[in-house]
Amino acid sequence: MGATFSEKVLGAKAGEVVIVSPDYILSHDNTAAISKKFAQLGVDKVKCPDKIIIILDHVVPASTEKYAQNHKIIREFVEKQGISNFFDIHNGICHQVLSESGFAMPGKLILGADSHTTSYGAFGAFSAGIGRSEVASVWATDKIWLRVPDTIKIELKGSFAKGTFAKDAILKIIGEQGADRANYKALEFCGRAVKDLTLASRLVFANMAAEMGAKNGYFAPDSRTLDFLRQHARADFKPVFSDPDAEFEAVLKYDLSTLDPQVACPHTVDNVKPIAEVEGLKFHQGLIGTCTNGRFEDLKVAADILRDKKIHPAVRVLILPASRKEFLKALRKGIIEVLAEAGCVILNSGCGPCLGAHQGILAPGEIALSTANRNFQGRMGSRDSKIFLASPATVAASAITGEITDPRKYL
Amino acid sequence: MNKGKVWKYGDNVNTDVIFPGKYTYVLMEPEEMAKHALENLDPGFAAQVKAGDIIVAGRNFGCGSSREQAASCLKYAGVQVVIAVSFARIFFRNAINQGLPVIQSEKAVRNISAGEEVEVDFEKGQIKAEKGTFKFPALPDSVLSILKAGGLIEHTKLFIRNVDIDDTSF
Ligand code: SF4
Repeated sequence: MGATFSEKVLGAKAGEVVIVSPDYILSHDNTAAISKKFAQLGVDKVKCPDKIIIILDHVVPASTEKYAQNHKIIREFVEKQGISNFFDIHNGICHQVLSESGFAMPGKLILGADSHTTSYGAFGAFSAGIGRSEVASVWATDKIWLRVPDTIKIELKGSFAKGTFAKDAILKIIGEQGADRANYKALEFCGRAVKDLTLASRLVFANMAAEMGAKNGYFAPDSRTLDFLRQHARADFKPVFSDPDAEFEAVLKYDLSTLDPQVACPHTVDNVKPIAEVEGLKFHQGLIGTCTNGRFEDLKVAADILRDKKIHPAVRVLILPASRKEFLKALRKGIIEVLAEAGCVILNSGCGPCLGAHQGILAPGEIALSTANRNFQGRMGSRDSKIFLASPATVAASAITGEITDPRKYL
Repeated sequence: MNKGKVWKYGDNVNTDVIFPGKYTYVLMEPEEMAKHALENLDPGFAAQVKAGDIIVAGRNFGCGSSREQAASCLKYAGVQVVIAVSFARIFFRNAINQGLPVIQSEKAVRNISAGEEVEVDFEKGQIKAEKGTFKFPALPDSVLSILKAGGLIEHTKLFIRNVDIDDTSF
């Protein structure tokens, strides 16, 4: 019997508990809190400074004195510990920055104090979210316990019809399978459709694997992955693949060509409906961006829809590029100009409104239509606000009409 | 273990309703964190919960963010154990690492009602409730040793001081 990708990277059979040393450990603004935990451990220096990646993104630039103080503590910690992989507030959202900087490599084990650490599976890495105490503990010991997950295969075939994208596919999958279908499990995305998926689109799947409860999501590295890494890889790496005779818990099949645009309705990500069922619903704030859908291809499709149009006067639309690099790409192609002309507010790359900390909080009774990955009650502000999730195309088309609108009408 | 009063909730109790994101970098003190526990789900909980109370919930408890405060705010609020049909992976780890015991038992959840008093015995692996006694499987040793140490930070301290500690119990 062969082994799955996850079994190979962790070196044991599904269900076993292993003690491992990760290749990289990510933390963000929560590094201040983690450094306090670390201080409690009674060791002075982190064990492997080169494995630590710290990216400031959650509340950048600092919106209050408290946040500013947090950032200051982190910068001092970075200095004291000699951490070279530090990305200050001008770089962008951690998952995009880590990926575009070439740390997300096939076969690597990457852990992070953020639930969407699953993202790096887009590049064939094993990556999973962990808690703050665990990060402090790994900093000190270079060790952590992990349970080797069972794997669910998701076989994708066909190609996207007009107006549908990776976001619609993963929403459809989560809606059908449920928010806990993959709890404590790995997802392996495979099938004939994968080779046509850009790395940016694969990131959408791997990022949102977390919303199905998955420990990690994985795409087998292929020529797209290797072409990108030829330029960007930070270290040597060795691709790891599941054996053809490996044991999978289930194989789920999806045909991309029959997909309609999808919308996740409040307050759970698996409350997904085809767009026809929610069309016409008025909303107040649109958000295009975040670590899920803030890359060049996302901004471009939004601009294609909003070119020479104005957003509806009753809505406000925020653009949140996933990173400065993606922002610059869009800027140079005139995409940012189109979006600004249409009336969108361009935010700096960071988490901003996604987690309701600043830059676009919702008032009681307000409704947001967002390209983020999560629509939990109160996440973007008031407990009495609502969040709907959709693709950048759907948000852009809806921005024109002021109500949820099928993007196929504008493409 | 002492008896505790049950607070009962449904499926998918997520981290944003347990401990809203807007507090994650603002509230650091245990007392402050406890005051906001479950705020977005049950605004009355934090004011009325008593030390030793027990949360009983459905599937996928703690889904969402990796924020550890979702576990620690419950512990600080006095919750002695969370019993659920299932737990989201990161919450499960966080709870153990914060020294908050978690028990998976669909049968217990189905049979326990809000407001009743139940007794949890970890040694025997059983929950005594009005409708009967429900068994639950013991946690793996590696996980138990963290709970016994009072959480991961204390456990890691032991590990650092005594590197001979059995690696598998790390
Ligand atoms: S953009 Fe949103 S989901 Fe992504 S890392 Fe930031 S807060 Fe988390």
